[in-house]
Amino acid sequence: MLSTIDLAYWLPVIFAGLMVVSMFAYVVLDGYDLGVGILLELETDTKEKDKMIASIGPFWDANETWLVLGVGLLLVAFPLAHGIILTALYLPVALMLLGLILRGVAFDFRVKARAHHQPLWNRLFFVGSLLATVSQGVMLGRYITGFAPGWGAWGFALLVGVSLAAAYALLGAGWLLMKSTGKLQQRAIVWAQGSLWIAILATVLVSVATPWISPRVFALWFSVPNVFLLAPVPLMTAILFAVIGFALPRLAQRQRNGNDNFCWIPFTATVGIVLLSFFGLVFSIFPHLVIDQLTIWQAASSPEALLIMFCGAAIVLPTIIGYTIYSYYVFWGKAGELSYE
Amino acid sequence: MLPEATGLLDPIVLARIQFAANITFHILFPTISIAMGWALLFFKLRFNATGEQKWLDAYGFWVKIFALTFALGVVTGITMSFQFGTNWPGFMKTVGNIAGPLLAYEVLTAFFLEATFLGIMLFGQKKVSNRIHTLATVLVAGGTTLSAFWIIVLNSWMQTPVGFEMINGQAHATDWLAIIFNPSMPYHLSHMLVASGLTVAFLLAGVSAFRWLKGQRDASIMASLKTGVFLAAALIPLQILIGDMHGINTLKHQPAKIAAIEGIWHTERGAPLTLFALPNAETQSNDYAIAIPKLASLILTHDLNGELQGISEFADHPPVAKVFWSFRVMVGVGMLMLLVSWLAAWQLRGGKTLSPMVCKLLIGMTFSGWVATVAGWYVTEIGRQPWLVYGVLKTSDAASNVGGGMILSTLIMYLTLYAFLLVSYISVVFYLAKKAGHPAQEQ
Repeated sequence: MLSTIDLAYWLPVIFAGLMVVSMFAYVVLDGYDLGVGILLELETDTKEKDKMIASIGPFWDANETWLVLGVGLLLVAFPLAHGIILTALYLPVALMLLGLILRGVAFDFRVKARAHHQPLWNRLFFVGSLLATVSQGVMLGRYITGFAPGWGAWGFALLVGVSLAAAYALLGAGWLLMKSTGKLQQRAIVWAQGSLWIAILATVLVSVATPWISPRVFALWFSVPNVFLLAPVPLMTAILFAVIGFALPRLAQRQRNGNDNFCWIPFTATVGIVLLSFFGLVFSIFPHLVIDQLTIWQAASSPEALLIMFCGAAIVLPTIIGYTIYSYYVFWGKAGELSYE
Repeated sequence: MLPEATGLLDPIVLARIQFAANITFHILFPTISIAMGWALLFFKLRFNATGEQKWLDAYGFWVKIFALTFALGVVTGITMSFQFGTNWPGFMKTVGNIAGPLLAYEVLTAFFLEATFLGIMLFGQKKVSNRIHTLATVLVAGGTTLSAFWIIVLNSWMQTPVGFEMINGQAHATDWLAIIFNPSMPYHLSHMLVASGLTVAFLLAGVSAFRWLKGQRDASIMASLKTGVFLAAALIPLQILIGDMHGINTLKHQPAKIAAIEGIWHTERGAPLTLFALPNAETQSNDYAIAIPKLASLILTHDLNGELQGISEFADHPPVAKVFWSFRVMVGVGMLMLLVSWLAAWQLRGGKTLSPMVCKLLIGMTFSGWVATVAGWYVTEIGRQPWLVYGVLKTSDAASNVGGGMILSTLIMYLTLYAFLLVSYISVVFYLAKKAGHPAQEQ
């Protein structure tokens, strides 16, 4: 049987892992939702807009719950870090919440409000999605620099914000590519191509800027033997970007001939890139929760509180994953018209 | 004490106003969605059993309002999970070992369940069998109720904390069953669930009366109207009974709250029930009081000459006027609910219809459940002050060090947004009701 000391060591590690998993699930799942919201502005036809939203309608609510779980885990498993991090991120958090609220209510208002109000809600859907995305990027940028003051650090945070918007747009376009047909599918390919280049540029900029801004990250990644061991991470990212860049024109060609096999490649490859980015981020930060200030063990709740949550999570999380898969199975394939009938 | 001029930017005051504004706006929507989930299940089960189209039509109409309400509840709820940390870091620092697992269980057992099956419930009617669709409706209704259960467990524990020990200024759980089934939990939970039922009953009745008065004669309107009216008429006496038991429970555990509710400044035997007064904190007495002799003692102690402790006995007590008035608003609305629902039920007996006057009364009462519920929450939350966790942690010790200016600017942002959303919500509910009468214009 594990002693209390072991539990005090392992439980925070497990909960940090769970937190990373929920944040990853959130970024991928709400990432495509928010990406579709950002792309909504590029589509002028109302009927096509309806189709775009129909592709995310049954999922967005549960997708957003992963954020509640991720932040909830930070709150309940690492209360000290929750206070420090979210107090430091007070303004971007408030703006993100504003964005998420506008986006979330626009789902319903855009179809239920009076006809002449509907364009306003479509616009708010886009504004909310973009605001939430950029704010999340800014939060990440502020977090990576350990909330450093000064214009340089804020400029970096804003850069991450724009990068995340490109990444989400790429996810969203990849999602639409899988869930749509015809004209919308063609447009999704164009959007994917556009956001791909911004995403590549942004990834390069962030990858260069992060070690430049943080000597600690520089030392971690560019010391021997790490520099060799970690080489596969940027390499695989580059390969995945190349795969998307290679696949898109070919998908466009096939799509014109009514064949959309392999339409899942851009989305899946983008998820792979997000996964690699997560690995890079976690590798740079672990075991800190607040960089250079607080480790996961210093910030953790008491072992007995973590243990009772762990028991619950061990039973409930697999169930959640099970019925989430079921829900994706029910709405598998091309998205139809969104209707309560 | 801070001078008046800087009082406006006092971070603690602002953090409280901001949190109160967010939680007040948030609670409006779960209050509807908890019981509305069950109402939809009722419509669906009636349809499954009778095959009558009116029940399916009622489901079809109300599920739209449910989806809208649910979305508002979700997005305003996310705000809360951030503000626990940003506005009250001391809360998690002191009682995080207890609050944390309760919140975690809410997210894990309820949030994912309701959110996932909502997708199937709303958009999957043609994609899954009727049996699975009914099951999805059950799971959504069950999920909302389960979420209410966990959050009420946490809140009632903050009112009557038990089952823990303090080690180095941090609460550590010693008995989880005692924490979950703490002394005030059953009263808080049943009071809130019935409040949700009443809110939905008046929403069903009010919107249906509106449609009826507009000349819509769809069979589903009368079905919704009757469901609302008879549910309200049945629940309101139950709520009064639960409220009375809740008060007696509060007297035992939080006598200062009861003293503020009743406006009793000094301990007395045979205390009167004050119907109206302006509590005066300076003179420690009530101005312009209208009171019924001995009734407060009778209600709370079941003895005409029972002793009730006064505010002056407690070093830490809540602000009297706010609690006193919130309570009267709640009870006042409750009395109106009793009157209007029984009047409407009387008119509807034996298949008769409503008079235009009663229709108008019901329309006016459409959102009365919100007023009573929010006022009730103000009684219980302000009544707990200056404590955040009763007897364990003071509100002022849990506040954050975010600057007042920052809180003020985000507060203004939230208030503007909430006012906009509230107006949009109410107008869309009535717009949907109006539009339902013109099926040709439906999308």
